[in-house]
Amino acid sequence: MSSPNTTFPDYGVGIGLRVPHYRHILEKKPVVDWFEIISENFMVDGGRPLEVLDSILEQYRVVQHGVSMYFGSADRLNRDHLKKVKRLVKRTNTPWLSDHLCWGSVDGRYTHDLLPMPYTMSVAKHTAEKIKQARDFLEVPICVENVSSYAEFTQSDMTEWEFLNEVVERADCGILLDVNNIYVSAENHGFDPMTYVRSVPHHRVGQIHIAGHTRYENVILDTHDHPVPDPVWVLYAEAIHLCGRTATLLEWDDRIPSFDEVHNEALKANRYLHDHALVPA
Amino acid sequence: MGAALFRPLTGDDQMSPANAEAFIKPNAHFTAHERLEIYARQYWFRLLDCLHDDYPGLRALLGQKRFHSLCRAYLAAHPSSSWTLRNLGSQLESFIQSHPQLAGPRAAAAIDIVRFEWAQVVAFDEARRKPLPIDDLLGVDPSTLTLGLQPYLSLIALDYAVDDYFMAVRDADAGLRSEASNAQLEARQRTTIKRVPPPRKQALWLAVHRCENDIYFKRIDREAFLLLTQLREGNTLGTAIECALANASPAEDWPTKLRDWFQSWSALGWFCA
Repeated sequence: MSSPNTTFPDYGVGIGLRVPHYRHILEKKPVVDWFEIISENFMVDGGRPLEVLDSILEQYRVVQHGVSMYFGSADRLNRDHLKKVKRLVKRTNTPWLSDHLCWGSVDGRYTHDLLPMPYTMSVAKHTAEKIKQARDFLEVPICVENVSSYAEFTQSDMTEWEFLNEVVERADCGILLDVNNIYVSAENHGFDPMTYVRSVPHHRVGQIHIAGHTRYENVILDTHDHPVPDPVWVLYAEAIHLCGRTATLLEWDDRIPSFDEVHNEALKANRYLHDHALVPA
Repeated sequence: MGAALFRPLTGDDQMSPANAEAFIKPNAHFTAHERLEIYARQYWFRLLDCLHDDYPGLRALLGQKRFHSLCRAYLAAHPSSSWTLRNLGSQLESFIQSHPQLAGPRAAAAIDIVRFEWAQVVAFDEARRKPLPIDDLLGVDPSTLTLGLQPYLSLIALDYAVDDYFMAVRDADAGLRSEASNAQLEARQRTTIKRVPPPRKQALWLAVHRCENDIYFKRIDREAFLLLTQLREGNTLGTAIECALANASPAEDWPTKLRDWFQSWSALGWFCA
């Protein structure tokens, strides 16, 4: 990987592009540093999705975020899927793309979920190899995102952050550090989220996700339907203290409020960036 | 883990027995089974939500309970084999044809509604090729001319007036579908659709298409349906017209009708190379 500052430029603070906000964005043209799109929503052959995307691309910087690459699945990468991703990459000119460190398909059946993996060396090698294959085919830098999880495998013989480090070093790729996911998993599995944030290779963090979640009696679910809670902001502050200014994205995917409410929540990140971000020497 | 997820939930939305202890760790609050069950329920609810959104007319016809029973049986038989949820309902028509008892006494109408609602999914985001202007067709020998039809255009022959029914269902619930599926990360509201009278039996032919990226459906004559279907199958214009009008009434002014149809279809951009 070349210098992280050039591979993953600091795009500022963005928000996820979501259907309820299309009209507002296209009519009002609000000032937003960048939008993250769910790649799969635009990997179609025609119609309204591409019309909207093209209008957004005329005004804004866009980064692709995928939910179906499934680097951790035992299945080989789906070449038809990759071709569609690549076609979209050419359309958006995304400077990097991200997908999840997870599995989600088996024997050609898809769960459409982001499932955790057993944290073992053999799985790390397999996953890293698929990331490299995808990057070589797509010809764009890749960041892998840590997922939130509600279960742990008996086969795991390393921590999640050790596994992440092993994968990204072997794949020589970037990290999309989701500090909300770290918090959710830490609460569900009983580890210290700060240890996680402090243990990842900070020079590889190309993007950060912030989001809200829902706390139930004995489990936290990664629902993306609330403002960012204080403990997640604390993790974010530590992450940018260690990583420096990093492209930051607020995810709000359910019970979506007005555009202004979502954007204002995202812009809180600027205060943290001002107060906490590592300044390069 | 995959096998446990794909197995249908029990009637009270619990995960079917699985040997979860073999691969999932318990924690202080949950057994291995309970931790795995979180994922099993997410899987089933996500996919059921998708069908719930893509088939509002079918849901209204069958009622929530029968609709969900049908969908659970369908998903057990046809788990998603695509990276996109857009294609999840692609086998639903053939599934109901094979298992009409799951749709109850209105299975025939249910099949027509499914065909109509799937056509809307196709119209929403299928490719649009460069349209052929009608001027390009003038003077070409019909016995050699073949015409492609836009991929987003569906032609369906129906036994029930599902277009009227769909409009009635939509009027009964203003919050109903405004777009076809393909956004797996969008908010999904569970809506209860008011019951409307079932679709009346009536033979009709529909073209489901899009224009300026909005979805439309229009009734077409039987002969127009046959003609367009013949063209889609790759037959020449001459053969298509001959087949379409083989049993047509001689009382009609077919040359004028044909001219009007082609002007209309060309204006809609339905023809392509």
